[in-house]
Amino acid sequence: MPSRNPLAAARTGYRAWADRQRHLGIAASAPTGPSASPAGDDISHPKPSLLSRLPFDRLLGYALMLILTAVMIVPLYWMVSGAFKEYAEIRAIPPVWIPQAWQNPFGPDALGFGNFVEAWNAAPFGRFYINTIIITLAGTSGELINGCLCAYAFAFLRFPFKTVIFVIILMALMIPGEVTTLPNYISIGSTLRSITSNLLGVEVSGINTYWGIFLPAVSTAYGTFLIRQAFLGLPREVLEAARLEGAGHLRLLWDMVIPMARPVLITYALISAVAHWNAYLWPLVVTRTQEMRPLTVGISYLFDTEGNTNYGVVMAATCFVVLPLILVFIWAQKFIIDGIASGATKG
Amino acid sequence: MLQENDPTVSRSATGTGKAGGQPGGADAASARPSGPLTGAEAGGTTAATAVTGRQSRFQKLFRSEQTLFLLFILPNLVLFTTFSFWPLFFNVYLSLTSWNFLTPTRDFIGLDNYRYLFGNNEFWTVMRTTLIYTIGAVGGAVSLGLLSALLLNQKLKFRTPVRAMIFAPTLLSGVAISIVWFYIFDPRVGLLREMLGWIGVGSPPWLRDPQWALVSVIIVYVWKNLGFAAVIYLAGLQGIPKDLYEAAKVDGANAFQRFFAVTWPQLGSIHFFVMVTSILGTLQSFDIIRTLTAGGPVNATTNLIYYTYQQSFINNNAGRGASAAMVLFAVMLAVTVIQYRISERRTHYA
Repeated sequence: MPSRNPLAAARTGYRAWADRQRHLGIAASAPTGPSASPAGDDISHPKPSLLSRLPFDRLLGYALMLILTAVMIVPLYWMVSGAFKEYAEIRAIPPVWIPQAWQNPFGPDALGFGNFVEAWNAAPFGRFYINTIIITLAGTSGELINGCLCAYAFAFLRFPFKTVIFVIILMALMIPGEVTTLPNYISIGSTLRSITSNLLGVEVSGINTYWGIFLPAVSTAYGTFLIRQAFLGLPREVLEAARLEGAGHLRLLWDMVIPMARPVLITYALISAVAHWNAYLWPLVVTRTQEMRPLTVGISYLFDTEGNTNYGVVMAATCFVVLPLILVFIWAQKFIIDGIASGATKG
Repeated sequence: MLQENDPTVSRSATGTGKAGGQPGGADAASARPSGPLTGAEAGGTTAATAVTGRQSRFQKLFRSEQTLFLLFILPNLVLFTTFSFWPLFFNVYLSLTSWNFLTPTRDFIGLDNYRYLFGNNEFWTVMRTTLIYTIGAVGGAVSLGLLSALLLNQKLKFRTPVRAMIFAPTLLSGVAISIVWFYIFDPRVGLLREMLGWIGVGSPPWLRDPQWALVSVIIVYVWKNLGFAAVIYLAGLQGIPKDLYEAAKVDGANAFQRFFAVTWPQLGSIHFFVMVTSILGTLQSFDIIRTLTAGGPVNATTNLIYYTYQQSFINNNAGRGASAAMVLFAVMLAVTVIQYRISERRTHYA
């Protein structure tokens, strides 16, 4: 990755480090990987034990797994299939498992997207999407930039009372956004309005604006902590070599540190993006008009009005919110799950 | 003022003072060799100042490590001060006032809001609901998560996709999930009514009955969050050294004994992490309750966070909302402090 970096010494160092990482990676993942499974199997299920001699246990395991999967997947199936059901099918008792639209895939209204069209027209979903995407992009990139800069400072730069400042930043972890919702609402609303009208003669307010929605969520204590841990784990020799070659800190951060810490950064970016996509309380409080609402707030208002009368349309609207996340998750599940698991077990 | 901050002086001061304090002694080790380098750079720029004036002075300022440190942490620090630390103090002040968001001034009323809260049956019902909800939701999510993790720790096929499957709902919007469950809970056309019918049980009134409504929101929370506990427990289970099981087996321990003698104690810190994270998560659980029940029926599912929201933004009573938020903050702080104390003791005796 640091191919644009002209610093040969550093590059060799990086390669050596990457090789070693690869070795370590293989070694570290061995206990769970397939290569070591015979050994692991021997220990946890030795041949003479009941556990592996009888297929009964294995069958029980699969049965439980099936139940677990069913419990997790049926509600999601109910959402997607409900979105394709016509009104009569929604009201049918006993409930319809497979919507009419799916039973005849080559019929005249095979696709049955009627509910999606109706939902899209019932509320400005195009606008909701744009809003959610803007908030998610701004929030995630803000958190990443803040996290990287702050983490670099705390990991590599010297400053008096650095540890104290770090602890102060970590203290922010203890102040949840739910507690600061009301004061923040007042700060960016009436307080800011009176300050700006006194000082500048214009009234500025964050209520019902994009910046009002994402700015309070752009700072990151968790990200600073997580990314700093990743930075501290990077090979010192390589960074030192680059320093000796005369690379500045910005260069070091951009060309060496960020590429090397990429897995952690991707995981963090994904987790942060999911949180911004799903954010609800703050956007609910701070938006005033339909045009500024993100998807989560938009569907909750749609649900308040359409409610239990028109499930098909409401399920279609729910799909609008959930499906992009499911796609992202299918694409990046390993990053997300491994990131969360390792964060917990190492921390 | 920062121009006068000669990098050489500041470096020697911080180099000796702070190096040891950093976790990972490598910090100090690496900092020193780069020291002379920065010095050389600084010297170079000083010489160049005469020639290119402004620009190199800017460069020198910029290259100084301490300036850079400040520049790097400033955005985060400013935002935290504005949107986390200051609001906390502001909230304390608000909780001592009476304000409906409209009048130009806030009336200072001392501890009246707190007196109102603690002398009010409604508030104690909210606290009781919060407690039941937390116990039910955390207990359900953690125990089912542990059981799922034990299952997925077996050498079975498809366990990786199943792990992904049960984790997926944790990432989905609580609002969307709750809307789906509202449909599932529907006492007439809902899926649960049908499924309970298979085993000959009638559908409870779910969201329409105060007690069942609390059960319903707990079910949704557990369904949505058990995957989180499962993934973390699974990582913990995979970190338990295999030879411990071997030793237990040599001693003749059966599967249950092995679980209680090896697995359970070995998961020590993991239990702890999962419990604390889940408790804090439940206390912040707003979207499920707002969407499924809006705190009802008759306040039966109003937990502390929903009560805070209700007081602040529905009843427009900023003072009472702020005081409820302070109670929420105190509860969460207590959980965190207890966690810190216990984990500290753990490391002492470990």
